[in-house]
Amino acid sequence: MLPALTLLLVFQLIGEAARLALGLPVPGPVIGLALLLGWLILRGGPSADLRGTTGGLLQHLSLLFVPAGTGVMLHVGRIGQEWLPIVVSLVVSTVIGLAVGGWVLHTLMQRAGRQEQSR
Amino acid sequence: MISPPLTEIWVYLSATPLLWLALTLLAYLAAFALHRRLHFNPLANPVLIAVVLLVSTLYLTGTPYGRYFDGAQFVHFLLGPATVALAVPLYGQLERLKKMALPVLAALVAGSLCAALSAYLIAGALGASLPTMRSLAPKSVTTPIAMGIAERLGGLPSLAAVLVILTGILGAVCGSALMRLLKVRDEAATGFALGLASHGIGTARAFQIGETAGAFAALAMGLNGLFTAVSLPWLLPLLERWLGH
Repeated sequence: MLPALTLLLVFQLIGEAARLALGLPVPGPVIGLALLLGWLILRGGPSADLRGTTGGLLQHLSLLFVPAGTGVMLHVGRIGQEWLPIVVSLVVSTVIGLAVGGWVLHTLMQRAGRQEQSR
Repeated sequence: MISPPLTEIWVYLSATPLLWLALTLLAYLAAFALHRRLHFNPLANPVLIAVVLLVSTLYLTGTPYGRYFDGAQFVHFLLGPATVALAVPLYGQLERLKKMALPVLAALVAGSLCAALSAYLIAGALGASLPTMRSLAPKSVTTPIAMGIAERLGGLPSLAAVLVILTGILGAVCGSALMRLLKVRDEAATGFALGLASHGIGTARAFQIGETAGAFAALAMGLNGLFTAVSLPWLLPLLERWLGH
């Protein structure tokens, strides 16, 4: 567990350093994700230790959002004043994002599947 | 030895990070137990329940959020390594992914832009203030990324974090029902939509549907974080100039 956790932190650190050094607009952890993926491809896959540690971390991914979510109490005033635009905007745009993303991928994959069959 | 009165113990403990860290974990475990008892019904979202429990506790005890966060920051910190960790499920789907790179990119660009711009424009049309609109634009991507983007756009990072989490809960609650309605039946597309529109909370929900849905959600979450971070900071100012804001 410890080597895997260290590996994750080191990749995050490299990501942060790359972001600062190159002035990239992408956050450090996302660069770390891309670099770790590249490293896994070079190595031919994750070790059992890394697989177990990431599995444990991702199994309760929801927990990690709780502290920031509790921050809702800081914005009760603003949300109370602007509740209508905020609620309508959140609900409608989330439905639009889900529908467009899911539908486009599903439709394009079906089309690609049909082309492969007819060949 | 005279034991100190309860209020003194409380005053001491409530000032330490330990209490609020422990209560964050307890609130989440209680919320997760309830979620499981309700057969993983998406309506009983564990983040939502845990946040309600914690906010009520903080209000009742008159604890400011800053003091709470002194303890909870240790959990919050793990968002970074957890984002890096998404590379592992992604690696597992690499072969499948290579075959469908173009559909994935098209769905990413279409879904990401539709979600961000509709959030911004709907809020504006209904009379929201400019900082609120700018905090809404990056709400589909995971917390640390959205906070960074909101700051760059002139929004409020801490408000963006809250909107991100509300979006995640909304997507996790209605995602699978919406996919059924649209007759999208494959696991990959369902997972992709969940990760794209509602980041880590949607990804947690997708892993309950299955391994494939989870991996595609992780992929969509990573790609959308990347794409939004690169596109919104120049796209939104252009849109604002055009709208005359």
